[in-house]
Amino acid sequence: MAGSHHISRRDFVKLTTAAVGGFIGVAVGLPAIGYLIDPALKSGGKDAWISLGKLADMPIGKPQPFSFTLTRVNGWERTATNFGGFILRRSEDPKDILILSSRCTHLACQVNWKEDAQVFICPCHDAKFSPTGEVLDGPPPRPLDRFQEFQVDADGNLQIHVKGG
Amino acid sequence: MWKKVYEWLDERLGLNDLYKAVLDRPEPRGNWWNTLGSASLFLFLLQGITGIFLSVYYTPSPDHAYDSITYIMNDVTFGWLIRGIHHWGSTLMVLVVFIHLVRVFITASYKYPRELTWFIGVFLLIATLGMGFTGYLLPWNQRSFWATTVGTQIAGSVPFIGDFVLKALRGGPDLSALTLQRFFAAHIWMLPAMLAGLIGVHLFLIIKHGESAFPDKDD
Repeated sequence: MAGSHHISRRDFVKLTTAAVGGFIGVAVGLPAIGYLIDPALKSGGKDAWISLGKLADMPIGKPQPFSFTLTRVNGWERTATNFGGFILRRSEDPKDILILSSRCTHLACQVNWKEDAQVFICPCHDAKFSPTGEVLDGPPPRPLDRFQEFQVDADGNLQIHVKGG
Repeated sequence: MWKKVYEWLDERLGLNDLYKAVLDRPEPRGNWWNTLGSASLFLFLLQGITGIFLSVYYTPSPDHAYDSITYIMNDVTFGWLIRGIHHWGSTLMVLVVFIHLVRVFITASYKYPRELTWFIGVFLLIATLGMGFTGYLLPWNQRSFWATTVGTQIAGSVPFIGDFVLKALRGGPDLSALTLQRFFAAHIWMLPAMLAGLIGVHLFLIIKHGESAFPDKDD
């Protein structure tokens, strides 16, 4: 064979060991990474319409608290998570509704409505939001999140659309 | 650059001496049967690594142990692979460690000055069997439940102290959540710690005494 390379027995064994070891390392190592980060690559629950109660019972001009529980399957267990928010009817018009999430946009604590001061206050870092969710004071980077998609069904129930995971 | 870094490290860690002592040590003429100890060590490390990975998803509670393993097998990416390696690796490890012992016996490698290496090796086999026994319960399926019922019942048949041994193994008179929990603790902490320590001494003695030469007709 022209230009044949001579390789010593020792070098051959070294090379083969490295190659086989490397192959096994990659064949098992890459799946192992997938195994560890698997939950981060999965999507959460399904979309759902959540009923918040009769629209006719809700006051106008005053934030009305609501809460609901979503259950998701995490691994081998069902996890119930509480969500909450405030419904603000700005007029009689059934479309003129502001539905705010009570999750503070800073670090996800629950904000409370303070009737006397007419603000939402976050207990964690004293953030203040206006009745429409604008930041008045404190560290939050943006206004309170809104549930944009809502509807009133045939029975007069106000429903919001919640997206899964 | 790298040569300088290596030299700096070598001066302080003695990497060259370590390499010579561990991997470049003189060996008598041997064959593939001499590699079973290294194979056992490799399997121990493999079981350790896959075991650590399994503990990311496994939970040792009677309510969820079986569900968590079903989840690993069906839902986690490559969960079947990690558990498969751990499952088959355990069987292989018991086999390889046992054949290693038979080889040492046949080549009479347990004689002076290697009696302690042999002695520790016997404990390593027992600890390996202990790993197999405790690990068998963890999936908490019918087979593991009844295998452990029988296994602990056998331990309970020892005269005089049998009842105590059975209760100590099960954490009470019945196979319960306590049994699963203590088998789990033994499987991931106590036995592996024991194995790691004993393997350390075993390896030290092998490096200190070197491998034994096969006996010939004159011996």
